[in-house]
Amino acid sequence: MLISNMEVVPGKRIVRHLGMVQGSTVRAKHAGRDIMASFKNIFGGELKGYTELLNESRNEAIDRLKRQAEALGANAVLNVRFSTSSIAAGASEIFVYGTAVEVEDR
Amino acid sequence: MGFLYFLALLIIGYLFGKWAEKRHYRSIHEREDSLRDLLVLPVRVPEPQHLSHDSTLVTGSVVISVDYFKTVAASLRNLFGGRVGAYETLIDRARREATLRMQEDAQLKGAELIYNVKYETSRIGDNAGKGLGSVEVLAYGTALIPTR
Repeated sequence: MLISNMEVVPGKRIVRHLGMVQGSTVRAKHAGRDIMASFKNIFGGELKGYTELLNESRNEAIDRLKRQAEALGANAVLNVRFSTSSIAAGASEIFVYGTAVEVEDR
Repeated sequence: MGFLYFLALLIIGYLFGKWAEKRHYRSIHEREDSLRDLLVLPVRVPEPQHLSHDSTLVTGSVVISVDYFKTVAASLRNLFGGRVGAYETLIDRARREATLRMQEDAQLKGAELIYNVKYETSRIGDNAGKGLGSVEVLAYGTALIPTR
């Protein structure tokens, strides 16, 4: 499955548009991490735990997007966009969406 | 007593924050130099010479926290208005770090350059009501990999 955030694929032709597909996930870290993070708010620096968490959730969201695209019979998702929102203290939603298409070699 | 506590936090925040920022900027400059050849372009449509490349999504993200000193400095600045330098450097570091991680991801995949780069910035953490807390920056784009 080809995932890209461009509108065209170099060297390939879009033969069919299959509509928008999306994937999202909401995740939270355990309280220990949140306490560590509030300490970090005094000292400054990178919050590795959160970086990791958000990367995991992003991969999960992309997986869901791929599954939806596969169900439609697509072999590529183009024009992919990400969006992040924190819905509660310590929990955030990752949302990814794009256009499912069928491409073939030119 | 409360004032002493505040002062201690302020000094700790200033010293550690300054140290972390200096170290981070040094690492950013070094890595930017070594990744200079891997172009990052916010261009939407690929040039004709790249039309036979493979393409794939690459991402890089980072969460960076404020320190106590920055929080206080920014809330003071809020009274008078003007440039909030404390937050400017924070966000600048986050953006450049995210870009670097995206470039490293692309390099691992053997890419030549990255097209259509987009940034996504969001606030993270329970501090969101009072100040900035921490920021997450995500950089993503399409990496082009030579087929030969």
